[in-house]
Amino acid sequence: MITHRHTPVVITIVLFAALFALGSAQYEGFFSLRVFLNLFTDNAFLAVTAMGMTFVILSGGIDLSVGSVIAFTGVLTAVLIQAGWPLYVVFPLVLAIGWGFGAGMGCLIHYYRLQPFIVTLAGMFLMRGLAIVVSERSVPIEHAAYDAINTMGFMLPGRGFVGAQTILLAVVLVGAVILAHYRRFGTYVYAIGGDREAAGLMAVPVAHTTIGIYALSSFLAALAGIMFSFYTSSGYALAAVGLELDAIAAVVIGGTLLTGGSGYIVGTLAGVMLMGLVQTYISFNGSLNSWWTKIVVGLLVLIFVCVQRIQQPRMGNSQ
Amino acid sequence: MSRPLFSLDAMRRHGALWPLVALGLIWLVIFLVSPGFFAFSVQDGRILGGVVDIMNRGAPVALIAIGMSLVIATGGIDLSVGAVMAIAGAVAANLLVGSELPVLVIMGAGLCAGLVAGLMNGALVAGMGIQPIVATLILLVAGRGVAQLLNDGQIITFQSEAFAFIGVGALLGLPMPVWFVFLVLIAMLGLTRATALGLFIEAVGANASASRYAGISVRSIKLAVYAIAGACAALAGLIATADIQGADANNVGLWIELDAILAVVIGGTSLMGGRYSLVLAVIGALIIQSLNTAIILSGIPPKFNLVIKAVVIIGVLLLQSSIVQAQFAMLRARLAP
Repeated sequence: MITHRHTPVVITIVLFAALFALGSAQYEGFFSLRVFLNLFTDNAFLAVTAMGMTFVILSGGIDLSVGSVIAFTGVLTAVLIQAGWPLYVVFPLVLAIGWGFGAGMGCLIHYYRLQPFIVTLAGMFLMRGLAIVVSERSVPIEHAAYDAINTMGFMLPGRGFVGAQTILLAVVLVGAVILAHYRRFGTYVYAIGGDREAAGLMAVPVAHTTIGIYALSSFLAALAGIMFSFYTSSGYALAAVGLELDAIAAVVIGGTLLTGGSGYIVGTLAGVMLMGLVQTYISFNGSLNSWWTKIVVGLLVLIFVCVQRIQQPRMGNSQ
Repeated sequence: MSRPLFSLDAMRRHGALWPLVALGLIWLVIFLVSPGFFAFSVQDGRILGGVVDIMNRGAPVALIAIGMSLVIATGGIDLSVGAVMAIAGAVAANLLVGSELPVLVIMGAGLCAGLVAGLMNGALVAGMGIQPIVATLILLVAGRGVAQLLNDGQIITFQSEAFAFIGVGALLGLPMPVWFVFLVLIAMLGLTRATALGLFIEAVGANASASRYAGISVRSIKLAVYAIAGACAALAGLIATADIQGADANNVGLWIELDAILAVVIGGTSLMGGRYSLVLAVIGALIIQSLNTAIILSGIPPKFNLVIKAVVIIGVLLLQSSIVQAQFAMLRARLAP
């Protein structure tokens, strides 16, 4: 049942379909399962990051450190693998570091009442700096498991390939949707985003939830970092610069209000897909420069934000 | 009854104590690491020395921090300033290469471009009520694309001694960028403190609805501060372009918005809006630039730059936090018999 609250997500999906149709009409080979599934493979790490960002934004906060966490995770993973550490130690370790880092930021934000923007900004500098300290150069990853997982997957009719990235993305998606809509944690997140003080008065555990939200966001960013290391078979300290902005754009295009309290995980996924489709369209065109992607994404954010404003008259003039 | 103007008490009340202490500490570190840094001399009509160097390199951040202070004071934020720098530089470079207009007119054109960008941001925030982060995010993402469009994807270079003077010239010994910071600072101080505008800006940031009921035109104020921020960013962009005699839409002002926001926050202005201080924002910019210089001079490998910066920022934030100060007070009370 589609209510008016679903409108932004529906609009995103409609736009996606429209652009897909336009591309199919214009370019040979656009209308194929392969192009569609490639969107998932190529943008899986961004989607996972953006889903974590959704939780943060739903609670009324923001997390600028995710791109740096991806880079740090990637480069640390690469360096440890090169040093001979086994994967079953490396992966849990980097995920735990991500989780702990996010929890630390959450503590600063909640207990010292520092603004999320500044704390995560400092976190971004810290993680990027630590990544550079670990290794200034790109570190290649050569591991049998990496080769195996990168080729793992199955073919669908139409030469579409569903690989490990897509499968992991699907798992995270299901987990995130369950967490957001079928678990108390999700309810708490929406409550805090709606009105922090009222939530506290309603016995929502604001401290635990806030710390949990930022821990979750950094955890998913670390997971995305692992996925990115599979995608590039390397770790690089300067990777994913500016990715946090792409994640925020995806969340906004997916219909989540930046003030918090309203939005859907599925919307974010649709936002990522739409942004990926724009990139695909431009690369099929070949003659448009890639900075057109930036302009189009900017315009999309503008359109969606305006739609949100028109839809929310009761936000009114309290700005 | 007369009170000394520069008493410690007056500084603490004004909120200037901690920023000045931080600046002093960093300069002390620089002095310990490289005592000759602060020596100055006069050559070819220019003053050469550490302090002037810090002010010169920190000028773009300081300019942007001035505009950013006003925006933050209204409870907003402007993430697009780097992109506006790129746009202004692109406009100026194209005019310098493609026309014979006088330098002042070209500067004016660049400033107008910044003003227009700022007005766009302001229209989105004030007119449509869109959140500042998102509204300025749009220009942040799209703005460099627009600048690239203007430049046709190239880095446009030009030869114009007159225009380059803005970035590399000197007047009465001080570099031009430093003069621009002084000029803009004094102009903005005059505009906001000698009139009621500053009061209105603080009121809008403190409580927008109450301000509206009190008769302040919240929309006009918000529109105005974003326009000013855009113009300041444009000026910084013109200086950067003049410095290299080229317009590089990809790299100019990259991430400078973060440094500017940091400068404003270090200067004591809260991101929630309300009271602000332009002078402290400029001091914040000096702190950031001094920190960069200290790291370079200390011989610490540059790869540790960001980590040190992050630790210092968190330290400053914690020191400024009233909760931490309360904890210190409790600790002091418990330790004192």
